[in-house]
Amino acid sequence: MADCGEADGPVKKDDIVRAKNEGKELTKEEKQRLRKEKKHQKKQKDEKRPSERVKEKKPVAPSQPVATQPPTQKAPTVLPASAPIPVPVSGAPSYSSPAPSPADKPAKSRAEQKAERRARQEADRASKQQSCSSSSKTKAPPSELNPVVKRLPEHVQVDDPAVVKRLTKKFERQQIPLRSDYDYKVSLFSHLHQYSRKAPLTQQLSIPSTVIHPSIVRLGLQYSQGIVVGSNARSVALLHAFKQVIRDYTTPPNEELARDLVNKLKPYISFLNQCRPLSASMGNAIKYIKKEISNIPSQFKEEEAKTKLQTCIDRYINENVVLAAKAISKYAIEKISDGDVILVYGCSSLVNHILCEAYDKNRKFRVIVVDSRPRLEGREALRRLVQRGISCTYVLISALSYILPEVSKVFLGAHALLANGYVMSRVGTSQIALVARTFNVPVLVCCETYKFCERVQTDSFVSNELDDPDDLMVTRKGKTQLENWHDVSSLRLLNLVYDVTPPDFVDLVITDLGMIPCTSVPVVLRIKNLEQ
Amino acid sequence: MLLCSLLPCSGETILGLRESLKWATDCLTEVDSSVAVSSGGELFLRFISLTSLEHQDLSRCKKVMEERGELFLEKISLSRTKVAKLCHTFIKDGAKILTHSSSRVVLRVLEKAAAEKKRFTVYVTESQPDTAGKQMADALRRLNVPVTVVLDAAVGYVLEKVDLVIVGAEGVVESGGIINKIGTYQMAVCSKAHNKPFYVVAESFKFVRLYPLNQQDVPDRFKYKADTLRTVSDLSDEHPMIDYTPPSLITLLFTDLGVLTPSAVSDELIKLYL
Repeated sequence: MADCGEADGPVKKDDIVRAKNEGKELTKEEKQRLRKEKKHQKKQKDEKRPSERVKEKKPVAPSQPVATQPPTQKAPTVLPASAPIPVPVSGAPSYSSPAPSPADKPAKSRAEQKAERRARQEADRASKQQSCSSSSKTKAPPSELNPVVKRLPEHVQVDDPAVVKRLTKKFERQQIPLRSDYDYKVSLFSHLHQYSRKAPLTQQLSIPSTVIHPSIVRLGLQYSQGIVVGSNARSVALLHAFKQVIRDYTTPPNEELARDLVNKLKPYISFLNQCRPLSASMGNAIKYIKKEISNIPSQFKEEEAKTKLQTCIDRYINENVVLAAKAISKYAIEKISDGDVILVYGCSSLVNHILCEAYDKNRKFRVIVVDSRPRLEGREALRRLVQRGISCTYVLISALSYILPEVSKVFLGAHALLANGYVMSRVGTSQIALVARTFNVPVLVCCETYKFCERVQTDSFVSNELDDPDDLMVTRKGKTQLENWHDVSSLRLLNLVYDVTPPDFVDLVITDLGMIPCTSVPVVLRIKNLEQ
Repeated sequence: MLLCSLLPCSGETILGLRESLKWATDCLTEVDSSVAVSSGGELFLRFISLTSLEHQDLSRCKKVMEERGELFLEKISLSRTKVAKLCHTFIKDGAKILTHSSSRVVLRVLEKAAAEKKRFTVYVTESQPDTAGKQMADALRRLNVPVTVVLDAAVGYVLEKVDLVIVGAEGVVESGGIINKIGTYQMAVCSKAHNKPFYVVAESFKFVRLYPLNQQDVPDRFKYKADTLRTVSDLSDEHPMIDYTPPSLITLLFTDLGVLTPSAVSDELIKLYL
């Protein structure tokens, strides 16, 4: 198989380039061919050990091109290919299930597919029971021993060329364009992506794109241009776009909706991730959807399944965003007393909601809105609060220590709550918490439970988001001082988006489950995992 | 003893039973507005009504509830012994202990330590306005423990001599902090400044679902005596009877659920209430 792959190499390369330029989705046969090549590659890698690795690397590159062979020609080659596959155990089965297995045998019926799968599982079990003398099995026990070996996520390894190469290959396979980095990065943050707003990802897509659903393209553009901001807004927009995708989805023949839809969503998620890195809330929402989709029983008709998924999404939004906001306001209003001076930072939809509710319940308080460049989100919060009739003061973050002696409480929103109790929020939040702590002013963080994530972070360097550094340029009286900052070789602009606040600076976290101290976040995560 | 009075109830429906229990608790709280009563009452209610949905027959249900009530009472009376057993090991031979006002749990702990043949001396604060510290000193003298009564203002002065500070609690709040007789917060701040361990001993029924952010945030019904709340119109003239000690100043809490750090209290509370 590897030999014929190499021989067809140049021909297939032209084909795939042609297919890409036309913007057509690779036909199913082409995709199957790709997968089979890869599986065969992996099987060969298992049998021939490291000395052969170098030789294997070369076939990997030309294996990507794909031929439009008629399916009948492939059917006989499929059978012998699948027979040797059960024998080498280690990585292959876990890698190949479930995605390639149904698509691999177009000519076979479902019963035969199931029989083959069962046969493969039996073979796996049998070979695993044997002693680990053969080389291919030595791979299995170590992976069983440390099943929780965590690899660094790819989005924090941008300066590692191997990772970048892996990413580009993944995007080629999924047929989404690669967004190039804006290269003038501060060296301390060179492991993170930095994109320029003047080069959105959508410029490299054809119109209309048949690979990516138009509502996802629109969503990606809204993210990258900063039209949809705020973690709640982004998650809800994402879920609505997915609803649209599900509505327009039709199951291809001989495919199961459960598996195929999940695979359809993967390139969309990669595309959105490139437009703007996913937030923790979006990650949890995607996990939920994928779980719901794969739990659809196979006897559901397509229409039933689609309506069920849409109701699931609606319920998720309702429970985790709308009702959670109501519950959090109820607890938070207990903490707002008459005569309070409340400080808020930036624009958090949840904090604004709480303040408006408290005002409607006739609490007498006034608000100080703290704002910072370059986003100046505080102006949006100021507008919303003043419209309600709440008396507000507006300061920039540099005036923080001047204004804090007047303040009685600080309300902060959060982008995510990490498993070690740290609060990840808009850059500047940890500064406010720090100064408030020195003035002995209580700091309250309001966060829905769907934003809790299992990640652990103690500083803002490891994983962050770099926004467009050109935003930092300001034009006054027609002059832009930083206009040619590219020319100054020793100058770099840094526009960070998030920072993490340690739990010692936070007095109270208000969630829809109640009021908890910052150190109890892992308890809540544990309860939520038990519920699932 | 407070809870015994809740037991005999007559009610035709489960809901009626709960209502009458709640009413009894409220009555008690009106008479003696302490945090312990309200939290104990609430926990009692929850504990016995956990089984309310299982049995169909009402009279059997009532009997089960009564049994659980007895169980609850028994657990509470044993809890002080459990706490004493956990805490006395932290008192080393020759230790000098500082305590605040009069607490039955602390007394039990010191009794146990004395019974283990440990030699220690105790400093007790006088604890105005009710000079409860004198009662504590008398009780300790009966145990043949050398005890000195100090002024509330002398806490900072005395702290360099002591090895550890043990106080009781009227209530343990969700953040892991405690509500106790006025003067406890001061003692906690001074002991933090001197780097002396600050231990709290409390039974688990004192865990309460409050989360004060600062002294002002503690509800008025706990700060003042019940009759004061009823008679006096302007509370700013009255002096509060309790204060709130934040969890950052507490080293460890000894409860019948075990030895906890302040951050573990929230974990236990979630288990108790959820």
